[in-house]
Amino acid sequence: MHYTFDIERGNFADAGQASSSVKRTLKQLGVAPANIRRAVVALFEAEINAVAHAYGGTIDVDIDGSKIVMVVADQGPGIPDLDAAMQEGWSTASAKVREMGYGAGMGLPNIKKNTDDLKIDTKVGVGTTVTMTIYLA
Amino acid sequence: MTIKEIARLVDGVIVGAPADDSYDVEKAFASDLMSDVLRFSMDETVLISGLCNNQTMRTSEMADLRVVVIGRDKQPDAEMLELAEELDITLIKSKFSVFKISGILYEAGIQPLY
Repeated sequence: MHYTFDIERGNFADAGQASSSVKRTLKQLGVAPANIRRAVVALFEAEINAVAHAYGGTIDVDIDGSKIVMVVADQGPGIPDLDAAMQEGWSTASAKVREMGYGAGMGLPNIKKNTDDLKIDTKVGVGTTVTMTIYLA
Repeated sequence: MTIKEIARLVDGVIVGAPADDSYDVEKAFASDLMSDVLRFSMDETVLISGLCNNQTMRTSEMADLRVVVIGRDKQPDAEMLELAEELDITLIKSKFSVFKISGILYEAGIQPLY
């Protein structure tokens, strides 16, 4: 099964709707609660990152019997120092993003912790693509 | 501890989804940082927060939280209340500070998440 969602820059009122929709789908499919939690926490963090930092993007989710693959691709500033961004506490979030409860510098570390495979392709001034895989077996 | 008992202890008002009397809360976590909430498993846990917006609800949804105490007399808006009902999350509004709410619940036997 394939699902696609759009990401709108700075739209915190609707941020999380894609992750919410994926959570409902995984529940309906009878995926184990622990795997649902891992998938939606990772996807939600990536979705929030894109809303907070990028100029727009898309989320593609593929689910089959053995794995969930979630790709969050944005057009945005890119991540200049990916090693730093993977460290807990590192953040470039704006004051507005912090007011929404984010910007603690836990986004990418949370994504890494909750996924089996994580691939981040980023280019400064172009954008970032985060590919997250959860194996269901 | 039941949700209604928590509401009584923090002199709170229940809004959002109705309190599920069968839900037993054993632990609490206090945070205004939503990514910190997402770091941990929140089974049988109440979130205590001063953050009062849609993202408090979305984060609670992803973390499988069923009940959130909103401290500092923050007022959820209509959209947040609607989302709470839709996601089956009970909100307890309290005039107390997050520190005071945490102290009261700790004294009453609610355990820290860690």
